[in-house]
Amino acid sequence: MKTIEDLKRLRDQVQSTTRMRHDSSRQIIVGMGTCGIAAGAREVMSTILDEIAKRKLDDVLVRQTGCIGMCEKEVLVDVVLAGQPRITYGNVTTADIPKIIADHVVNGRIVKELAIGKFVE
Amino acid sequence: MNSNQSQCCCDGSVNQFDKLDEVLKKYQGVKGALIPVLQEAQHAYGYLSKEVLQNISKKMDIPISQIYGVVTFYSQFHLTPRGKSIIRVCQGTACHVRGAKTILNEIENQLNIKSGATTPDLKFTLETVACIGACGLAPVMMIDDDTHGRLTPEIIPKILAK
Amino acid sequence: MEHIRAHVLVCAGTGCVSAGSKKIEAALRDQIAKHGLDKEIKIVETGCHGLCEMGPLVIVYPEGVFYVRVQESDIVDIVEQHLYKGRVVERLLYTEHDTLEGIPSYKEIAFYKKQMRMVLANCGQIDPEQIDEYISVGGYEALGKALTTMKPEEVVDEVKKSGLRGRGGGGFPTGMKWGFARNAPGEKKYVVCNADEGDPGAFMDRSVLESDPHRVIEGMAVCGYAIGADEGYVYVRAEYPLAIKRLKNAIEQAEAIGLLGENIFGSGFNFRLKIKEGAGAFVCGEETALLASIEGKRGMPRPRPPFPAISGLWGKPTNINNVETFANIPQIITKGADWFASIGTERSKGTKVFALTGRINHTGLAEVPMGITMREIIYDIGGGIPDGKKFKAAQIGGPSGGCLPEQLLDLSVDYDSLIKVGAMMGSGGLVVMDETTCMVDLAKFFLSFTQEESCGKCTPCREGTKRMLEILTRITEGQGKEGDIELLETMARDIKTTALCGLGQTAPNPVLSTLQYFRDEYEAHIKEKRCPAGSCAGLLEYTITEECKGCGLCKKACPVEAISGEKKGLHEIDQDKCVKCAACFAKCPFKAIKKQ
Repeated sequence: MKTIEDLKRLRDQVQSTTRMRHDSSRQIIVGMGTCGIAAGAREVMSTILDEIAKRKLDDVLVRQTGCIGMCEKEVLVDVVLAGQPRITYGNVTTADIPKIIADHVVNGRIVKELAIGKFVE
Repeated sequence: MNSNQSQCCCDGSVNQFDKLDEVLKKYQGVKGALIPVLQEAQHAYGYLSKEVLQNISKKMDIPISQIYGVVTFYSQFHLTPRGKSIIRVCQGTACHVRGAKTILNEIENQLNIKSGATTPDLKFTLETVACIGACGLAPVMMIDDDTHGRLTPEIIPKILAK
Repeated sequence: MEHIRAHVLVCAGTGCVSAGSKKIEAALRDQIAKHGLDKEIKIVETGCHGLCEMGPLVIVYPEGVFYVRVQESDIVDIVEQHLYKGRVVERLLYTEHDTLEGIPSYKEIAFYKKQMRMVLANCGQIDPEQIDEYISVGGYEALGKALTTMKPEEVVDEVKKSGLRGRGGGGFPTGMKWGFARNAPGEKKYVVCNADEGDPGAFMDRSVLESDPHRVIEGMAVCGYAIGADEGYVYVRAEYPLAIKRLKNAIEQAEAIGLLGENIFGSGFNFRLKIKEGAGAFVCGEETALLASIEGKRGMPRPRPPFPAISGLWGKPTNINNVETFANIPQIITKGADWFASIGTERSKGTKVFALTGRINHTGLAEVPMGITMREIIYDIGGGIPDGKKFKAAQIGGPSGGCLPEQLLDLSVDYDSLIKVGAMMGSGGLVVMDETTCMVDLAKFFLSFTQEESCGKCTPCREGTKRMLEILTRITEGQGKEGDIELLETMARDIKTTALCGLGQTAPNPVLSTLQYFRDEYEAHIKEKRCPAGSCAGLLEYTITEECKGCGLCKKACPVEAISGEKKGLHEIDQDKCVKCAACFAKCPFKAIKKQ
């Protein structure tokens, strides 16, 4: 990267791939800050990976993010389906994962009793 | 380099300072390298023995008195062998307000050692720490690099069993 | 079984059968056979799923796709689209139409409603281990703008104009600090980021480093350009292994695409960053001690002047700011000083991140505009006190700060108002206490912390805090004397005026502020030998009430044989023998033991 134009080009390129990803796939995002990990985010993450492997959900993208600040609701897991608002689940345990994946990720039905918020642009 | 040899975890290799030499080489000519060298040496040997410190002193050309001063200043450095797992119970403000003392007491009872000590089988060293920064989940503790939060005296035995 | 790649479950419960599931199963068999899939797909009849009004149900595994109200005519699609091509037939999924209703948007959640997330904007949004994600939200554009369109002096002026003040403690104007370092003579200069977040109860810096490390790197690079430094250090405490890992990774990624290194953006500006891991000493949060530690020495403060801006790391001009301060820089450069200065109060601009902890419903990190009231933070954002308990005090600013009582809840939270009432912004730890916390014990807690962490260089801090701690310990154990309060006050004032560094000078603050607002609690301990909060063990008395059934559990639990009594008879505690360990209190199944 040599000029500021290079930076802008990279930004636009990443933005468009992000948009494409949002339009075409399903994402699960786990909050992996120290608080999240202390509350069990690692176990939740590996249960998610197991569960999507078991269900052969090859197109589901599992990502990590940092801390959003709601420590007392850790572990936090977000689910994003194409064209829909990002939904945050709070106080997630490994036992909740099969339900979140089966109901929300696979069948598009939000697990209301665990959902704590949605992102509206 | 005689009586203490049995305590050293250098698995009888030909030169017990191999690992140290590597570290020293890495930091050769780097300014202010003493602390990282000590950190890596401790990481390699578990603690900082007299022999290791003497060796560092010689190779880095820093008086051993000065090294001793640094080692004893920082709570991270240890001059005696330590347990395989280090348990650090947070005693920060948030943890204090949420009952960190009962957690520490429970661990002391479970391991039958006081804070600051190591179990005779060298499995655990128990320490307190001022704040881990996971206050939202207070009370918390760290076992090695893993943080455990929302502790109650009841779940302590379960965590220790792991 | 190995070659079976999918199972199709058809509900054969009474409800679904009457809705036609038998016909559906037959159609499925036909279609599957027609596509030659009968070797790899197995049809299974199941019992009732309890969702009969949605029947007939068809469920496809391994994914677990749940089709409802399936008609015979839908089977072609299920087989061709889903089983053959692997595409879910969305129109047959069970979705509720009001599915998003009842789930609050982030703007509606009480915890976020009054927040203004600027420094934390990306935290919890982007992947901190991917530089691309930071760039996609406008990352490194501030660095680009500064390097290609602004002179270094202009960057310093912009930061000055923004009114940004240091977020780590003292609240010194950042732009002025940069100006000193810029104007200091010398070729070689350094930028240092203080990430030795040692205040118990504060964790915003850890969170920013873990969740958005590039923002800090960018802020430091802009600073390097402004003051004329080509090298920077981030001093991170060793207790933050994840922050260190992510920062390391972020630096490597930035170097790999030329955002750190030589000739950044073709401007001729070079900048490199290194990480220094702390070794566990609270005092290293003090800037001169921190520099000594980077140099590999004992981390002890030295008198100022000379200030680090003139003579810092290895004697070179050095600018030190903390993590949150640097994290504020990129937005000041991109959005402008005027925008930044429009947020906050007259003399405290922008936002501040607080770590809400202690006896509060919603713990976490809250970023709020300066000038918000304590009440808004604790009640509107934090959701108040749990378990129906009463608010007693908020401890703000860590071991250097103070405790604020209920009557100050409507105080504006900014640098100057806090100083006026005997507290300080500090790094932004906000620990809430309810009626069960003893304020004398809290003062003792903080003093034992500073005592433990005192580097020992100057006498007022080394000896003074020790004596004060002895007095406080005495008071909490019921051995307080007339005159103790006055003695504490005198010593506190002496330490404040004579200690060498900021940490020593502020060490007595928790004692002074609890004395100012909770003097009656000290008096109750000393004069009545009573702890109003019921927390000082030495002042409690354990007695057995009439509820006692004589089970003898307490007697067994007592380590000093202070309890006597016959089986099935009322037991008694010998107060002379009792060591107040509370073992009996915890063991009694009938809650027959009272402490007061």
